[in-house]
Amino acid sequence: MNLELLGITVLWTFLYGYLIVASIDFGAGFFAYYGKITKKDHLINDLISRYLSPVWEVTNVFFVFFFVGIVGFFPSTAYYFGTALLIPGSIAIILLAIRGSFYAFNNYGSRNSTVYLFLYGATGLLIPASLSTALTISEGGFLKVENDKVVFLAKELFASPYSWSVVALSIVSVLFISAAFLTYYADRANDRGARAILRKFALLWSPPTIIASLLVFVSLREHNPVHFNKAVSEYWWMFALSLICFMIASYLIYLKRNFGTAFIFVMLQFFFAFFGYGASHLPYILYPHVVLHESVTNETMAVALVIVFVLGLLLLVPSLYLLMKLFLFDADYVKGKKQ
Amino acid sequence: MELDSVMLSRMLTSMTLAFHIIFATIGVGVPIMISIAEFIGIKRNDPYYLLLARRWARGFTITVAVGVVTGTAIGLQLSLLWPSFMEVAGQVIALPLFMETFAFFFEAIFLGIYLYTWDRFKNRMTHWLLTIPVMIGSSASALFITTVNSFMNTPQGFDLEGGKAVNIDPIAAMFNPATPSKVFHVLTTSYMTAAAVLAAIAAFAIIRGKRSEYERKALRLTMICTFIFSILTAVAGDVSAKFLAEVQPEKLAAAEWHFETEEGADLILFGTLDENNEIKYEIRLPKFLSFLAGNSFDTKVIGLNEFPEDERPPLWVHYMFDLMVSIGFFVLAVSGIYILLDKIKRFNQLNKPLLWMIVASGPLAMLAIEFGWIYAEVGRQPWILRGYMKVSEAATTGDGVGLTFILFALLYLVLGVICVFVLIRMFKNTPAEAELEQRFPNL
Repeated sequence: MNLELLGITVLWTFLYGYLIVASIDFGAGFFAYYGKITKKDHLINDLISRYLSPVWEVTNVFFVFFFVGIVGFFPSTAYYFGTALLIPGSIAIILLAIRGSFYAFNNYGSRNSTVYLFLYGATGLLIPASLSTALTISEGGFLKVENDKVVFLAKELFASPYSWSVVALSIVSVLFISAAFLTYYADRANDRGARAILRKFALLWSPPTIIASLLVFVSLREHNPVHFNKAVSEYWWMFALSLICFMIASYLIYLKRNFGTAFIFVMLQFFFAFFGYGASHLPYILYPHVVLHESVTNETMAVALVIVFVLGLLLLVPSLYLLMKLFLFDADYVKGKKQ
Repeated sequence: MELDSVMLSRMLTSMTLAFHIIFATIGVGVPIMISIAEFIGIKRNDPYYLLLARRWARGFTITVAVGVVTGTAIGLQLSLLWPSFMEVAGQVIALPLFMETFAFFFEAIFLGIYLYTWDRFKNRMTHWLLTIPVMIGSSASALFITTVNSFMNTPQGFDLEGGKAVNIDPIAAMFNPATPSKVFHVLTTSYMTAAAVLAAIAAFAIIRGKRSEYERKALRLTMICTFIFSILTAVAGDVSAKFLAEVQPEKLAAAEWHFETEEGADLILFGTLDENNEIKYEIRLPKFLSFLAGNSFDTKVIGLNEFPEDERPPLWVHYMFDLMVSIGFFVLAVSGIYILLDKIKRFNQLNKPLLWMIVASGPLAMLAIEFGWIYAEVGRQPWILRGYMKVSEAATTGDGVGLTFILFALLYLVLGVICVFVLIRMFKNTPAEAELEQRFPNL
């Protein structure tokens, strides 16, 4: 495996990590707000906050890691995406900023402000929508290079069915992943009230994820046939595996059993889809301007980054394990018996 | 001044940095203070210090949140606003940026654990141990980011051939000549400012009539720390000045309005400058600039006239430099006087004028951080990568920077106001006495 492929695989894995943990977080915000306005907050909100409080900052780091890593490994992405994403990127930062700080304000500061909770819940759906535009742009057709100047075609982006289908998929995926995880968490906490509500959410959002995925496929065929053909001819089995995992997960949740296994299958469902998408996207990072092997940084830097990455993992994996042991796998904490 | 995208990009970056640096400074400094307080509390079995650590940590969660989100903002804005710079610099200096995310990751994990495990371990020292990775993580973040800023001032570790960076040595780029003095200065000033801010809060509580053991111990601890870190800051400042004189003389010369290269150069404090670069109304310390630059009154100090006019930084940075240094000495003096009065029992170290000066030193120290960074950044102009790339060549060509500027201005305004509001409410709702009674009923 050459360095650039290794680099993009590592980064893609982190982006996948962010997709999972951030989806849990984003969806939880929405459910917490929904719980509040439908007066079910006494049932689910304590549970949600017990999970989120110690981990939200960690979630954010996955994202920072990805974009710092991609600029490091593939500096020309900074140039193209940086120029193109000025407005959507800024909006995403502002939403992330609002979300992070209002979460802290609400949780540690003044309790139970509906306005704070609304901002927290609403941004949870808007952030995935705005971040997904980066993936949409990577399909090409939304950037034009004129006299060495990158021009972002905002109108095309807004008028594109592909762009909207990606937005739809990102939002429903967030809700599905989050509900599946929280159902599992509620089950571990032996909190039957919360589990019943969250399970209903999970089942409710499960068919839309598949419908939205199909829409993305259909519109991709129109938008970028090269990518579409590669996806269905070379990597169709990844998407097939994804679909099977989805069916197992939904069935388990429907049967009210093995919620932990069900969530693992949800993770696998997105793993296969995400990597199938990523693998078929290559060799392009940004179609057709940025190609993997041309845009990779110099070899010295790439080697240095890989070394630092391995050392960093040696530091992080035990720490993350400790965090999960204390807050995720500690039954007493999950049940709210420990503060 | 024309509001083109270069100017707007500079304005937006300045605004983000000016806002972020407040929270970054607190984020680097306060963990040290929390750790010290908890350690003393456990060792002496003193509930006042334990409560201090708890309350500081609680306030810290709010500032950390704002620090994290504004840090994410500046991280992304580097690519959004300076894409050409990041494309070239990314080839050479991506390593510490990448390392910083690990340090940040490490800190975030252990901070999360620390905040939610106060009563979870049998041995209280186990909980204290968690402060160590938090301190390492936050200070290492500062170190890595500062190496990137140092690189912009004294780039090395690559050759430029036809606009492309070749022969890259990431380690040399990271440990460039500016790194040691800059890192030293950034760390000591962060510790000093955090201690001074916490001291200001304690002093303010005492002025408001809360004179219990808790506030007095808080003030004493924070003042001693402020004093120690101020001395270290003065040393770091001196090291930085000597570094500038040797490696980046135009930056020091701009700060000192020093035009002619000479031996025995005078130190100029404040004053005004007319259109012929004549200095008026200044306080002049004979030969002290030479002393500052090289520990001897005869050191030759290079003047601005040695540099082409379009490569000189703007001269108003002189005021930034002077204000930063004055505040540093003010805080050093105030904390020194407090400790002296505290030692000599005859005097009252809690007299009103001194308390007010302590209250002032908190926000003043934070202002000094701002002035210092303005000096550091504007003093590098017109370069973004000194000697290689000018700021004007690096900015985005995209439209809409103006709109983004307005959006971010609103964001920072809202975050700043609500942050202060939430912090005040948080501590008003649970006063220290009530919490002390509730947590330590046997006291």
